[in-house]
Amino acid sequence: MNRGAYQPRSRMRRLLKDRLFVILCMIGASLSLLALAILLGSILIQGLGHLDLSFFKDVPSAKPAKAGIGPAMWGSIWVCAACALAALPLGVGTAIFLEEFKPKKPWVRRLHGFLQLNITNLAGVPSIVYGILGLTVFVQLFGIVGNTNDPGFTFGSPDNWYYFQLPLGRGVLAGGLTLALVVLPIVIIASQEALRAVPDSLREAALASGATRWQMIRQMTLPAAVPGIMTGSILAMSRAIGEAAPMLVIAGVVYITFTPQHLMDEFTVMPLQIYNWAGLPQTEFHKVAATGIIVLLAVLLTFNALAVFIRQRFQQPLQ
Amino acid sequence: MTTLPIQSGHIVGPNWRIRSKHARRLWEGGVLTSLVLCGTFSILTTMAIVVVLFGEARRFFLMPEVTLAEFLFGLEWNPLLGAEKHFGIWPLVCGTLLVTGIAMLFALPLGLMTAIYLSEYAHRSVRATLKPILEVLAGIPTVVYGFFALTIITPGLQSIYDGFEVYNVFSAGIAVGIMCLPIVCSLSEDALQAVPRSLREGAHGVGATKFDVSVKVVVPAALSGIVAASLLSIARAVGETMIVALAAGNMARNLKAGFDQGAVTGVLSAIDPTESAQTMTAYMVQIFLGDASNFGPEYLSSYAVAAALFIMTFILTVIGHRIRVRFREVYE
Repeated sequence: MNRGAYQPRSRMRRLLKDRLFVILCMIGASLSLLALAILLGSILIQGLGHLDLSFFKDVPSAKPAKAGIGPAMWGSIWVCAACALAALPLGVGTAIFLEEFKPKKPWVRRLHGFLQLNITNLAGVPSIVYGILGLTVFVQLFGIVGNTNDPGFTFGSPDNWYYFQLPLGRGVLAGGLTLALVVLPIVIIASQEALRAVPDSLREAALASGATRWQMIRQMTLPAAVPGIMTGSILAMSRAIGEAAPMLVIAGVVYITFTPQHLMDEFTVMPLQIYNWAGLPQTEFHKVAATGIIVLLAVLLTFNALAVFIRQRFQQPLQ
Repeated sequence: MTTLPIQSGHIVGPNWRIRSKHARRLWEGGVLTSLVLCGTFSILTTMAIVVVLFGEARRFFLMPEVTLAEFLFGLEWNPLLGAEKHFGIWPLVCGTLLVTGIAMLFALPLGLMTAIYLSEYAHRSVRATLKPILEVLAGIPTVVYGFFALTIITPGLQSIYDGFEVYNVFSAGIAVGIMCLPIVCSLSEDALQAVPRSLREGAHGVGATKFDVSVKVVVPAALSGIVAASLLSIARAVGETMIVALAAGNMARNLKAGFDQGAVTGVLSAIDPTESAQTMTAYMVQIFLGDASNFGPEYLSSYAVAAALFIMTFILTVIGHRIRVRFREVYE
């Protein structure tokens, strides 16, 4: 007689094992809950005392009591706006290309597959590598047109809001473009999933009634996929706001007390400011860092809630 | 003008603009070209990463004070201090692997158990609350985990055993593990959910307990997905920067001194989790925060380290995806 996997051993022992495993799994699952609770609780306890309105206006200071997150907040807004303007069109465009223009020729199909593989790989590249890439390409432009302090090409003067220079230097635009590289794969993958969820019957109906391929995309597929694309984009932006490593390479830890005035202006962002405070030896600054984290997490939670709201409100089941 | 194609259940009539055949073809061609350009951009990004990292790394290896052999096999990493500079990457790799190993020690079993619980046992309402909580964990910026490791985990560890240094690998590893937990969990759960009901019912039918079904039937059936999830989260842990920069310290371990006193001391000094260690990513942070003069060997060395890091994560990601695609068992 062969002893299979379900050879009845002592019934009691098997049932006991079964019960113990459930309990073990529940403990495992509740540990992640516990981790989140401790994390949020400890940060709230440390940081709430410092949180007031002036924290949003004040500049970083040597005195913990006076330190605020003002410039970092404005820096985050500028950089994320630049990032969104660069990443969203590129990402959605790539997703449309990948999902709506499925090729028939074998060698073009291979190119398609290569692009898809390339995007999955880009999603796995550590963000600090993107920072180094941004530093070399955007900030220094390989050093071929002058250096950061002595730009080879300028347009306007640093007092104008439209000031532009090449190489970009450690400015808002370089930071935004670098962040765009980081979140681009996320935007592409999310948009692809949204487009894939649109049923083919809609496409076929449009094509059958005489639409060209682009008219079909513009008036049928895209409108149906917009809620999904927006949800994915908002989540990508919340990733961008929290990203510190590439910003650290681009901006460095600099003492910034002003709001950026133009796209070439030096900047700092909220995660970087938090890193700065958390790394200081004085424990008073850890409380300030915790307050900064509360603000950052509040922004991220708002973003996530918005994404969930859009998903619930606008995503109608399409058959 | 665009309208949602489906509004309150009826289809809004299409309004295709009718142009001449020629104009239409031109327009379609233009659109396709710009979309292809969008797609090309991501390929350009990959090429730029390769060119920048490996080009600068090549310049680093051409410098007189550096040799490729020392970089690949050296046990001493000492580019900034001291009269003699040493560029052997193993101390940094050791730091990275140590943090990753500790993180996986926590993330893999916990993540897998949570996934099994969510997929096989949990009531729908429990699932509905636990999943969003995991999503919140996944959305927390890594600098927050770094702060958490430094101000909560390290003092906690020190109160248990006072051999822990202020910056230590163990606390950074725990924080990276918490960070990886949602990735392991959600990817494994997807894999478990993809196992069809019939397999479970079949096992129940021949008298298996719930434990037998989950551990001996469902988990093996989903193994490729679970392995892929683990590899992807290892890649994330290897590339993690802010947590280790804040909590793991900024001194590369001197492995040579340890191994000079014998293999056992060497290995012990390499894996001691209570002390600080510098990882590959933390070294890059140190350099780009301005500890090095521009364009000296120590500055360029960060590109070589970044190239090594890129190769490591690239291999992990590719293998992970290969496994997921190739060994995915297809059930009808």
